[in-house]
Amino acid sequence: MNRIDLRGIGFKDSGIALWLFPLLLLLVFFFFPMGSIMAVMFSRTDIIDLGQIWHPLGFTVGQAVLSTILTLVAGLPAAFVFSRFNFPAKGFMRTLTMLPFILPTVVTAAGFNALLGPRGWINLALMDLLETSIPPVTFLNTFTAILVAHIFYNIAIVIRVVGSAWAQLDPRLEESAQVLGASPLRGLREVILPLLKRPILVSALLVFLFDFTSFGVVLMLGGPGFATLEVSIYTQALSLLNLRMAGILTLLQLTCTIGITIFYTKVSSNQTVPLFPRLQGEGTHLPRTWVQKVIVLIVMLFLFLLQVLPLCALAARSISRLEADRGERGEVKTGLTLDFYQELFINRQQSYFYVPPVRAMINSLFYAGVTMVISTAAGTMLAYAFVKKPWIKRWLDPLIMLPFGASAVTLGLGFIVAFNRPPIEAGSFPMLVPIAHSLIAMPFVMRTVHPAISSIPESLRQSAAVLGASPRQVWRHVEMPIIRRAFIASAVFAFTISLGEFGATSFIASPKNPTLPVAIYRYLSQPGAMNYGQAMAMATILIVICGISVWLLEKLQGEKYAGT
Amino acid sequence: MKKRFLFLALVLLSLVSCSPQSSQSTLTVMTHDSFAVSEDVVKAFETQNKVSLVFLKSGDTGTMLNRAVLTKDSPQADVLYGVDNTFLSRAIEEYIFEPYTSPLLVNVSEDFKENLAGKVTPINFGDVCINYDRQFFSSHNLAIPQTLDDLLKSEYGTSESGAPLLVVENPATSSPGLAFLLATIAEYGEEGYLEFWRGLKNNGVVVVNDWDTAYYTNFSASSGKGLQPMVVSYATSPAAEVIYASSPLTEPPTASILGVNTCFRQVEYAGILKGTKNLSMAQRFIDFMLDVQFQEDLPLQMFMYPVNQNASLPSEFEKYAQAADNPAVLDPALISEKRDQWINDWTEVMLP
Repeated sequence: MNRIDLRGIGFKDSGIALWLFPLLLLLVFFFFPMGSIMAVMFSRTDIIDLGQIWHPLGFTVGQAVLSTILTLVAGLPAAFVFSRFNFPAKGFMRTLTMLPFILPTVVTAAGFNALLGPRGWINLALMDLLETSIPPVTFLNTFTAILVAHIFYNIAIVIRVVGSAWAQLDPRLEESAQVLGASPLRGLREVILPLLKRPILVSALLVFLFDFTSFGVVLMLGGPGFATLEVSIYTQALSLLNLRMAGILTLLQLTCTIGITIFYTKVSSNQTVPLFPRLQGEGTHLPRTWVQKVIVLIVMLFLFLLQVLPLCALAARSISRLEADRGERGEVKTGLTLDFYQELFINRQQSYFYVPPVRAMINSLFYAGVTMVISTAAGTMLAYAFVKKPWIKRWLDPLIMLPFGASAVTLGLGFIVAFNRPPIEAGSFPMLVPIAHSLIAMPFVMRTVHPAISSIPESLRQSAAVLGASPRQVWRHVEMPIIRRAFIASAVFAFTISLGEFGATSFIASPKNPTLPVAIYRYLSQPGAMNYGQAMAMATILIVICGISVWLLEKLQGEKYAGT
Repeated sequence: MKKRFLFLALVLLSLVSCSPQSSQSTLTVMTHDSFAVSEDVVKAFETQNKVSLVFLKSGDTGTMLNRAVLTKDSPQADVLYGVDNTFLSRAIEEYIFEPYTSPLLVNVSEDFKENLAGKVTPINFGDVCINYDRQFFSSHNLAIPQTLDDLLKSEYGTSESGAPLLVVENPATSSPGLAFLLATIAEYGEEGYLEFWRGLKNNGVVVVNDWDTAYYTNFSASSGKGLQPMVVSYATSPAAEVIYASSPLTEPPTASILGVNTCFRQVEYAGILKGTKNLSMAQRFIDFMLDVQFQEDLPLQMFMYPVNQNASLPSEFEKYAQAADNPAVLDPALISEKRDQWINDWTEVMLP
């Protein structure tokens, strides 16, 4: 990604080149397959029961609204703490809060099961304490599980998007407010929050769209009592084979997505106040007063409980053996073992499809790397095009959000219908996976980078130019340092979206080259303690790899620019 | 500079689209994610026929069938393997298959060959049955239920701690879930099955979406150590529990209930896809799948039974896996006609 070269882009040409590549990606890999599959779906004569639409629609909207509000409530204090305070293990916690966002639902469900399931660590401890054989906590297959999992997944969006904007804010604004007699709370309400309205909206929109199209969480953690539109599309298309009904639901979901995006574009089109951005680290300090210390502590504790504990529970499960005592159903004994990890490296059944964990890892990292390159390039180009030509933003902005809110099941089928002839064939065309991932990551990149670019006051560029800087130098020494944080955040997003993505990959990846999530799912689909243990071990490996990748990315980027 | 972007993108796209194609001819087999086979079995076919096999795993059975149907004008594969009797008629109605009758079918029991019209070839079968936690039933001095009716008795409803004893999968999202629903329809008929499910609901039953949740989260004899001592799974699952035990076991912790109509027999078929350019090779592959080597490999790879009567079973299967004597049977044509309605009606009763 360091190679990506934006020097000299824009500010001297019409800007077509900036948005042509992203638009082409979108046309070829989204509209073409979507159009093809919709044509097939609506040419079918399956029976339509419109009564089956309203229930999932209502539930989808309801849970998405509730999840988004809760995610904001939980995420904003965390964004504040990360952007204003330095404290021990800050970088470590930042990396850890990003982790859940990456994880495939299979892993998340296993993590929550290991922590809060009927034989999760919490229930085991409580049963021991209360001397009962009935698990006191019921979590799985409840509405609460859906909400908690949505916060677990999406809080990273709020922390990153709002946090990076908050860190850009001139700390003198807060200080002036306080000097003029405003309480910290009033300063927050009347100075900070209005200035952060835009990033808060951006993150709320992203969170809402994620929750709106939620699939795995609802299916696996919510259970059969709950169905979002996406779950209904899946059931209709792949189980009932009612493609026409699936088409109608897809169209409904798409319409809602477009509605949300257009609404968002309108709300956020108010001119941003150009704020003289700050150097990195300015405005952050150690918590000084005890109130600040308590805030930091509470927020970190909350994040630890929500984000880190389920992952630790899963990792603990991967190195322990649960054995029920003879005759005593309630009692469960545990013992430590590394068997599950050792077994991963053995092709015990001489299976043709056996994949060593290292291979699955390499596949995952390769796809993620390519996704990062394509989507940061395309997303940043778009952001520049949008800043330069606001009219392009008006019509292209809602469009690029569509892959994000479109049904993954339908798009997967679309890939199959559209790309079944050379040169592009699903299953043998290796770029299809990262391109599909890039379509989802691109709007992310654009949304994250765009506010940073548009916050650059024109006067800064002009001053640099007057002082003799070439456009390339202006970009390198003036713009890049300013958009750097947003740029890195978006690259990390893109990388991690790809790492954990399961749905599209299982559709279009070649079976000899599965990614880690696909490999995990393979172990989970057969009975036997060894299979379950290996799935947990593989999931733990995925968590560690993801953690290391995120941490490395941030570190490398940080160091490179620290010197310039 | 922006040219560099487009250039990079074009290079990437063009490079990968002309990834090396081997000169050797290939045979492509579309199958579901659960497909597994030994390396040397694949090698054997490849060397015998001087062909390389490519497997196109396409999600679960429904996804795979959709893929085959949606691409029938430009077939993605030569052979489709893994469509089962709950989806079979749908597949035949869509005219995706090239008829073929393998000479090796003489080794297959007549039961598997009805209603096929020479379109597809049965390869393997498995019984979806209720597995139970042997330790739970022995420690509670509880008899094993023998019929579906037994499940409505209060002793099989909820345990003393208030937890239901049975967990089933949602037939709309899970294939064993659908198979078990079909078993109840075979037992009680179209008029009576919903009554049975209402009774089951009143007696206490847990419904989850997928097999792995049912088995690993809810079932008490799996490594998840859940709360339900009975789960809808496969008759071969006890054998898998021994083979994939984390510490060596001499006997499985689970067993299957094999009463009349408590199990539904899933049969998986292979068919040649219309439009294949490798017709004779595809036929040879179908023959190969019916032949002893492949048939003897599949039990330990997929935990299914071979249809070829000459194939001998691995010792673990002889010892720990059981096939039902009187599995539930439904006409595939009836299944095809009614399955959507049954699933919808079931959903209305069980998940209002």
